[in-house]
Amino acid sequence: MRLLNASGCLDALTAPDAVGQLDTYVTKTVTPLPRGGNSPVRIAETEVGMLNAIGLANPGIDAFVADHLPRLAGLGVPVWVSVGGFSMDDYVLVSARLEGCDEVAALELNLSCPNVDEVPENVGEVVAAVRAVTAKPLYAKLSPAVSDVSETACAAESAGADGLSLINTIRGLALDERTLRPLLARGVGGLSGPALRPIALAAVYACRRATDLPIVGMGGVATGRDAVELLAAGANDVAIGTAFFSDPGAATRIRSELTAELAALGFANPDNAVGVAHEPEVSTLNRESRVELKKYLHTTANMEG
Amino acid sequence: MPRRERRSQRGGALGSPTSPLLHGTGKAEGCLPPAGSSPAPAAGVRVPELRGSREHAQVLAVETVGPYTLLRVARGRLEPGVPGQFFMLEAPGRLLPRPMSVCLAPPGELGFLIDPIGPGTRALCGLAVGDRFGILGPLGNGFRLDVERPLLVGGGIGVAPFPYLSERLGGPPAVLGFRSAWHAEAAALVPNADVVLEPTYVTEAMPAGHDVLACGPEPMLEAVRSLAPHAQLAWEAPMACGYGACYGCAIEIDGELKRLCVEGPVLGAAA
Repeated sequence: MRLLNASGCLDALTAPDAVGQLDTYVTKTVTPLPRGGNSPVRIAETEVGMLNAIGLANPGIDAFVADHLPRLAGLGVPVWVSVGGFSMDDYVLVSARLEGCDEVAALELNLSCPNVDEVPENVGEVVAAVRAVTAKPLYAKLSPAVSDVSETACAAESAGADGLSLINTIRGLALDERTLRPLLARGVGGLSGPALRPIALAAVYACRRATDLPIVGMGGVATGRDAVELLAAGANDVAIGTAFFSDPGAATRIRSELTAELAALGFANPDNAVGVAHEPEVSTLNRESRVELKKYLHTTANMEG
Repeated sequence: MPRRERRSQRGGALGSPTSPLLHGTGKAEGCLPPAGSSPAPAAGVRVPELRGSREHAQVLAVETVGPYTLLRVARGRLEPGVPGQFFMLEAPGRLLPRPMSVCLAPPGELGFLIDPIGPGTRALCGLAVGDRFGILGPLGNGFRLDVERPLLVGGGIGVAPFPYLSERLGGPPAVLGFRSAWHAEAAALVPNADVVLEPTYVTEAMPAGHDVLACGPEPMLEAVRSLAPHAQLAWEAPMACGYGACYGCAIEIDGELKRLCVEGPVLGAAA
């Protein structure tokens, strides 16, 4: 299991110490051309999460490769680049430019940003087009706001994706306390934080049943327990997003909580917890099954531990 | 599970808080371009690294100042920073912390003047003596103190950084504007202050020939700048993180959207 940041939730160049707590750093989404992003106000807090409408602010692929990437390489953690765009050509252009960059360990296709108007319609087509220009590991970041996310996951897998990032934010709206007008200048934004937790769990759970692709689980992870639950639902790795905003040291805290939580549950290794939500429950009510449970925890699931 | 060593790159080549890039503004006219059409960040812009640290600070006192609350906390190992810099204060029961500039920095203490205008600020004003809460900072870029004839110009809760700023500048004159006499009780925290109440504006009481350091609502800052083009202005924007991670606090600076938390909050014409 690796601990990552969710794309757009940590700037390695302003907070290198926070990045040093991670196993892998994922960049903010890069598009072909520079973008300043949406007009302010771009963030708002709600009772159950946070809305953002940043609008893919980024320096563009040229400046990213020339200026940002060399500095990111100096961080000492593998760098994944989040790739975005407004057409299939955009994704292909950015991915092709990164193909020759050894500093880039993997690509994550942002196929689900809720804050831009033109979103790619066919996940499979974009993945296939990018697959044709890159040999790097390719993760597809999917939106849970579809009728069946596992169908999208299977389309991405068939098109050549090497992994899935689940989930992106979901569109939401918040109104001003007094004026009852939208708090965000753009009106709607992407909802992140605690509200996403059960949605992320459901998406990871569904996709784990449908595919064997590695899954990076994310969505409202704020504690070690949240991370353990994503692993149990089927995630192989876990990413932290909104929790970074309130604490740049969130990764260190969550990692130590995760270790303690796994130990308390009888797992010697985080990887042993992956997918346990899909396995039959062993009753702890009678003595015989307690023995079975003990056997299970200390043999089958923990072979590597 | 792999656990990487923390790597510190402090003091690296990523620019300093007094980079000329941070003081080159002169043209944020308040009116931003429509969504998606704004110019992008320039290549190679260097912003300072996170220099603050996070602690669970203990509340020492909660004082009422007119409609505002002065929250005094134990400083611990936190540095007070430069006047105009800010801290992110964990608001009990809320998802996101709130940015507050340093109001007072007596030995062992940090003071924050808070206007309870929303759920986060109300939660902060509801803290009690002895409570502990997360606090991160100092963050951002404060006022430049190398000025010859300082004049502090503030409006409403914008006077928050002035007690500490006044102390560091040796008690310069100040012109402070408030909505009412009740709000103006905050002026007692600032030495040598002339107070004006609405409908009089601070710009009507500003003496000429000073190096202006201003903080207040955006229309006031725009008006101050039209009279004093070289003024140092402390701006405000909603922030989620305060250290450059969320990109939420963008405002237009020289025709570009920039993060106020790392490139501000104090901006001014080139010295």
